[in-house]
Amino acid sequence: MSAQVFQTIPPRPAPIKVEGLVAWIRANLFGDLRTSLGTLAIGAVLLWIVPPLIQWLFINAVWVKNYETCHAALGACWGVIAEKYRIIIFGRYPFDEELRPLIATLLLMGLLVLSCMRLAWKPWLGALWVVVFAIFFTLMRGGVFGLTYVETSLWGGLPLTLLLASLSMTMAFPIALVIALGRRSNLPAIRSLCTVYVELIRGVPLISVLFMASFMFPLLMPQGFNIDVLIRVLAGITLFAAAYMAEVIRGGLQAVPKGQIEAAATLGLSYWQTQRKIVLPQALAMVVPGIMNNFISTFKDTSLVTIVSMYELTGSMGMALNSDANWRPFKIEGYLFIALIYFVFCFSMSRYSRWIEKQVNKSKQR
Amino acid sequence: MSEHIIQFDKVNKWYGNNFHVLRDIDLQVKTGERIVVCGPSGSGKSTLIRCINRLEEHQQGHLTVDGVELTDDVKAIDDVRKKVGMVFQQFNLFPHLTVLENLTLSPMWVGKMPKKEAEEKAMEQLKRVRIAEQAGKYPLQLSGGQQQRVAIARALCLKPKIMLFDEPTSALDPEMIKEVLDVMIEMASQGITMLCVTHEMGFAKAVADRVIFMDQGQIVEQNNPHDFFNNPQSERSRDFLSKILGH
Repeated sequence: MSAQVFQTIPPRPAPIKVEGLVAWIRANLFGDLRTSLGTLAIGAVLLWIVPPLIQWLFINAVWVKNYETCHAALGACWGVIAEKYRIIIFGRYPFDEELRPLIATLLLMGLLVLSCMRLAWKPWLGALWVVVFAIFFTLMRGGVFGLTYVETSLWGGLPLTLLLASLSMTMAFPIALVIALGRRSNLPAIRSLCTVYVELIRGVPLISVLFMASFMFPLLMPQGFNIDVLIRVLAGITLFAAAYMAEVIRGGLQAVPKGQIEAAATLGLSYWQTQRKIVLPQALAMVVPGIMNNFISTFKDTSLVTIVSMYELTGSMGMALNSDANWRPFKIEGYLFIALIYFVFCFSMSRYSRWIEKQVNKSKQR
Repeated sequence: MSEHIIQFDKVNKWYGNNFHVLRDIDLQVKTGERIVVCGPSGSGKSTLIRCINRLEEHQQGHLTVDGVELTDDVKAIDDVRKKVGMVFQQFNLFPHLTVLENLTLSPMWVGKMPKKEAEEKAMEQLKRVRIAEQAGKYPLQLSGGQQQRVAIARALCLKPKIMLFDEPTSALDPEMIKEVLDVMIEMASQGITMLCVTHEMGFAKAVADRVIFMDQGQIVEQNNPHDFFNNPQSERSRDFLSKILGH
């Protein structure tokens, strides 16, 4: 046998993927007997469920604001939304002043959307938050510039949900950072303080935190001293969310290799420089999904403030229908409506989190 | 100040209660001296050099680096770390920063150097390790040898008087060892004090003024490379050398 001569094989492009709908269906839905049977079974279930659902949702649905027609109809009664949407969205806020919460809500939503964009990640964003929240509170509360005074217990619906969610999330995050760092501190006093905080808060349900903030706190305070219930509830949600988020962040901190901290030490970086420049950027990048999980659950947890008589979105929904015997039977439609609102917010948050993950993982791409 | 830039005086260290990792270490390093530390794994050689910049603390004895004794005093530690650069086996580059940012981080934040100046100095160092064209990339986009050269450049940005190398080529593919050793050999010719834990005996022969052989937390033997390799004094070092050179 003669000696083999080495020959370079020039690189070739990867085989072309079969494209097109038919090819895709054949490959993914009817690849072999088992997948074919699965496809057929799922198809049958969908055929069984979807048509009646569409009938109920749309075809037989009633769209007019007439409860008698609704009672007679076989489908959903969307008239209830048309009739009650103002109370659902704005709660007990005085009817004549509706423009105020509307503007406040739109401003706040605008701020939140803007804060998510890269072009807004500049120092002025913090100032903008202060300004927007000042306008928000002025509009909602009134008592100045000729606006009638509206006490916080009358605030409700979507503006209240957004206010509680956005403020508690933004305040919980820095607290969580400090607690997470504290739990890894070399100083035993700080470490145990942070551990006790996390364990105490995690050991009780949010409802009991809200009860304490709302009912017990005033009892413990001296006579005449009072903090608005909205602020107390906001503080309760913030402290609660911070404990959970701190543990997520701590998970990220622990995943940063020790060598990174050693390298930073040999370069002369101080503790805070090391945390800020080396540890936190890597730790937070790893826990984006977990933090977003916290954000989304905090957003939905705001619905619990109903039990301390604050009517945010879910609460106003219940109030709107319970107070009116004619429309009371159409709660399913009402809940579907607010479910849709919650879904839009939560789904946007989870899509946004995917984008953030991509941004922070740029350094890992080849 | 004495002519010794590093001075170990009866230094002892334990891991936990039972593992006596450094035992009565006495060692003097002259300014500009190039030392290779070798020995079997677990012999304490990494711990020895990591004590010099206080990544590990010793429990007994005195350790003085460039006139500063290392104690719990944070200021003294900071002082020493400014003079000592270190290169790790696993590179420990910051993966979320570009190569250039890895180099400018400390000069800018610790040395308060303006960004432009820091970047110019960093590029000089990158040229020195022949990797300037990769300045904008992230560490994980580079090969192991390139990453280690970046790590060396990063340490050099601080203008250290002493460089510590903790098995700098052990995590590299054989083909990449040479490019890193070449950079180290070039550094050695410039008068910087070097302590290098390595099993690259070729490197030791080429640049070391002294080879230190450690076993079980003790310095068993130290000699110039020629005598150490050709005429090892102790049974233990003969055994060790036969194992690493014999294959």
